[in-house]
Amino acid sequence: MLKITELYFEYPRSDFHLRINHLIFKMGSTHALIGPSGSGKTTLLNLIAGISIPQAGTIEYRNTVISKLSETERRAFRISKIGFVFQDFKLINYLTVQENIRLPFRINARLKADHNILDRIEVLSQYTGISKYLKKYPNALSQGERQRVAICRALVTQPELILADEPTGNLDPKNKKKILELLFTYCREEGTTLITVTHDHELLPEFDQVIDFSKLLIENEPKQ
Amino acid sequence: MKNSFFLAFQYIWFHKVRSLILVASITVIVFIPNGLEKLITESETRMMDRATSTPLIIGEKGSSTDLVINSLYFQDEKLEPLSMHQVDELNDLDFGYCIPVLTGFNARNYPIVGTTLDYIRFRNMTLKEGRMMASLGDCVLGSQVAEELGLKSGDFIISSPESFFDFAGVYPLKMKITGILNATNSPDDHAIFTDIKNTWIIMGIGHGHQDLADETDPTLVMDNKDGVVTATAKVFMYNEITDENKDSFHFHGEQQDFPVSSILFVPKDEKSLTILRGRFESGEITDQAVVPQLVVRNLLNSIFRIKQIFDGVFIAVGFATLLIFILIMTLTIRLRKDEINTLEIIGSSQFKVIEILSLEVSLLFVFSLLLALLLYLFSGIYVNTFIEKFII
Repeated sequence: MLKITELYFEYPRSDFHLRINHLIFKMGSTHALIGPSGSGKTTLLNLIAGISIPQAGTIEYRNTVISKLSETERRAFRISKIGFVFQDFKLINYLTVQENIRLPFRINARLKADHNILDRIEVLSQYTGISKYLKKYPNALSQGERQRVAICRALVTQPELILADEPTGNLDPKNKKKILELLFTYCREEGTTLITVTHDHELLPEFDQVIDFSKLLIENEPKQ
Repeated sequence: MKNSFFLAFQYIWFHKVRSLILVASITVIVFIPNGLEKLITESETRMMDRATSTPLIIGEKGSSTDLVINSLYFQDEKLEPLSMHQVDELNDLDFGYCIPVLTGFNARNYPIVGTTLDYIRFRNMTLKEGRMMASLGDCVLGSQVAEELGLKSGDFIISSPESFFDFAGVYPLKMKITGILNATNSPDDHAIFTDIKNTWIIMGIGHGHQDLADETDPTLVMDNKDGVVTATAKVFMYNEITDENKDSFHFHGEQQDFPVSSILFVPKDEKSLTILRGRFESGEITDQAVVPQLVVRNLLNSIFRIKQIFDGVFIAVGFATLLIFILIMTLTIRLRKDEINTLEIIGSSQFKVIEILSLEVSLLFVFSLLLALLLYLFSGIYVNTFIEKFII
């Protein structure tokens, strides 16, 4: 269970603040975060990942309070538990598709790249339909193909939690459906938790839980 | 570290053009001052060796630099000539012996050096093939002349039809190559050595022609008074000295008056040299006597002063290149902020990012230094050729 309690966060020199009194994400489920731009959806993903630290409150993941961890521990938590998928893919243009997928193992000494890693990349690339592009560079791929590569990179560490920030934001309708189906299928098969920021309301029925930030924030604001 | 190295190399490899430009810039800045240093040091050694091995050069009054450059390196500087009379006078002093040198003529762009066999012995030159010049019309070639012209002993070489004193009607002389000298890594390798009499023939002081006494054609004789025959231009002049015609070669005037460009003086001992120099300095002997070592040292000091200016320029250019390099790297890091952010989000530490970026810079410097080192070593192979062709 991922449990958020009495959370308060604000950026320095900004009017923005995020306040969540109580929120629970059930493990092995799929969750959609919706709401207007600037309502704090991406900020919440960063807080869950330990990239940002709340000024108050706790984020507790399976008895671990993320905000209480040191920088090194938070990075270790991120490496071992979380896979990221971004709207703009964030692939490294000077690495091949295969090396982009393998990147977490190249930059983290904690992740031991044994001889199975290439097999795992092969399996994932077949699963996502990009096996024939492994030796190509990201610039040679379509938007949809790039997002598949980004998903492979997120899954290659076998995370317990996938944080996806508008993963379909840059895709055409056909690819949007395919990418989400891919994520849903994987999470259901592997029992992985998926938390996705999305603006595609037609896809919402597919999720187990939908959290509307426009309502959540109003409910959580202190009564005057 | 292995993974960081891999990622750094991938970045450099992907941006080949940019990396090549950076590597080339650093290579040039590193190589040129060092290459120049090597060239100057090697030139200095070669020039000083040559100068040190020649105790004293005597010539007409004038530029001491021209005298030394002409006598040691057979350059084309025109010198006011001395005469053989002065050679005899110096020999009579018994302080040592004189080696007359007459230059200013070429054959296929190589200098012809008219001298005596003493020169060959003095420079410790030995034969690679053939024999030394012995008769009128013989010559021996420096190793590079023979190699570059593809000549061997038994072949012929013709002097270029030009005259040191611009005498009209000087014929080119076809000389027989009797031997090829071993390489000495000195200007001697680029010269053609012949007896000084041959250079007088090239100058037109001596010549050979058909015997007018035996000829019946009256158009060959312009005047004949008291046994002195003046030939017309129709008379056949020999341009090659053979066994058949060598007796017809003769010189007009007294040999004592014939010119020499300079005299290399080899003293018996240090004391003789000092006394002789004293006589020149006191004006007892009016010609010019120079110690090549001092002249070459002065010349090199001028080169070193120029080099110091170059060094300053290269330090400034190097500093500017370093600043541009830092600017490029700073801008690159700014442009790669998103990439760096992604690496940190998916689990890279800041230390790891710095390690990767540092390795990229280090690799560029290592490639540049390796390339500069290769160029430096490679230039060592050609430095002698460069010096011989362009410096001495």
